[in-house]
Amino acid sequence: MSEWWTYGLSDLLLFSPSTYYRLLERYNLAVWPAQPIFLALGLALPFLLRRGRMAAAILAAAWLWVAWKFHLRHYAGINWAADYFAAAFFVEAALLVWVGVIRKELRPRLPGHGIELAAIGIYLLALLAWPAIAPVEGRPWPQAEVFGAAPDPTAVATLAIALLGSPPARWLLLPIPLLWCAVGGATLWAMQAPHAFALPLAAALTLVLAFVPGRRQS
Amino acid sequence: MPHSPRRRDFLQAALAAGVGLLLPGAAAAPAPILTRPIPSTGEALPLVGLGSWITFNVGDDAAARDACAEVMRNFFAAGGRLIDSSPMYGSAPAVIGYGLARLGAAGRVFAADKVWTASASRGPAQIEESRRHWGVSRFDLLQVHNLLAWEAHLPALFAMKAAGRLRYVGITTSEGRRHAEFERIMASQPLDFIQVTYNALDREVEAHILPLARERGMAVIVNRPFRQGALVDAVARRPLPAWAAEIDCASWAQLLLKFIVSHPAVTCAIPATTRVDHVLENLGAARGRLPDEAMRRRIAAEVGRL
Repeated sequence: MSEWWTYGLSDLLLFSPSTYYRLLERYNLAVWPAQPIFLALGLALPFLLRRGRMAAAILAAAWLWVAWKFHLRHYAGINWAADYFAAAFFVEAALLVWVGVIRKELRPRLPGHGIELAAIGIYLLALLAWPAIAPVEGRPWPQAEVFGAAPDPTAVATLAIALLGSPPARWLLLPIPLLWCAVGGATLWAMQAPHAFALPLAAALTLVLAFVPGRRQS
Repeated sequence: MPHSPRRRDFLQAALAAGVGLLLPGAAAAPAPILTRPIPSTGEALPLVGLGSWITFNVGDDAAARDACAEVMRNFFAAGGRLIDSSPMYGSAPAVIGYGLARLGAAGRVFAADKVWTASASRGPAQIEESRRHWGVSRFDLLQVHNLLAWEAHLPALFAMKAAGRLRYVGITTSEGRRHAEFERIMASQPLDFIQVTYNALDREVEAHILPLARERGMAVIVNRPFRQGALVDAVARRPLPAWAAEIDCASWAQLLLKFIVSHPAVTCAIPATTRVDHVLENLGAARGRLPDEAMRRRIAAEVGRL
């Protein structure tokens, strides 16, 4: 479209909040028990940081799953842009496989300093707090967003692990999750979702932490 | 004394009226639905149609699709005809098609869709895909959505019309976008329809576009009559003025719609909704007395104060 700048956020929202939340619910029921499996993998991931390849493989599987099952098979039903989102998620999965599994360059730093602890904090929020958003907002549990199954917590968890990674890996892996925080945050903002601030806040925190001077440079 | 019927209260009134209609002699027949002719043919269109932006984009959710079909059933039962959609609206065209098939209403609807692609060559395939979604033999009206690649699409639409594969051709814009270019196209192209945003607050089209539509003999469809619901929400905080009854309005939504459809250039307003009570309420604005110019000024002033 040649006049995108004339559109506000609400003009670009193609569906109602209730339709989006219903989609989450129907998706969760359709892919069960993917959620507890990904949650278990996500909980194991911090203990696998010494083995960067395993951590990268888990994240890659999550991005692959969300691209295929969420974006292409479900979200595309109400959002024609979901095909593009799926492409971006496939690219992130490929980057994780290439950087983390094949080239072994993720090399996450173990928690020990403030920045690393903050990254782990963000990771745990993505893993444990994100599923609670739905019930906290008064929506039913089947609408919960779980790491590995839903895009938002998957993107935030990846931001945290990428922050722990070596600089080359970090800067390769951060852009797409950051971009998703912008897209997903804008969608939630247009939906007037109470937690619309969460994705942009996670992205902003990540960027601040990534640029904090004195952190590991290699 | 002012009273303040809320939008949901209309359901009770509508149900009461419906019950009355089932009892012989219990209630008078409803006023006939008001229509206005399409200037290029004289074909009459009800003053209120049905939009599908956001509301009908429910994907393959069976329960939500059934709810949309129920809205359509009540829309047709209340005398509505024109339903408007676009390939931009996600699954809305397919959901409309589901409803039409379920209701057996493909022959009753005035099917208005759009072409929305920057690619000239992609236009015909997109139109055919939309037609399959709707399940109609042909569209009544195809519009170039928000003027996107209009130079390429309009000749194709005029060719479809000449070949008998389309009845009317139009262009659309919304929320005041590209009005100057819109007017130039209106002045130079033999359009049957235009579609613009117009309501008691967004009145820019009154200056040039609506007079030009009358002068050029073009039907006018009005989108975003409620600013996507925000206008109704804003005015509903205040009581409905008592004088609304003078033009047979039982709610703010009807008052807002009657302001729009009483403009002599306007052919049809297309509010969108997911609710049966709202679609009945909206169709109610196409019945009874319409405001005259003095009353229109009064409505605009009342809404403008809020």
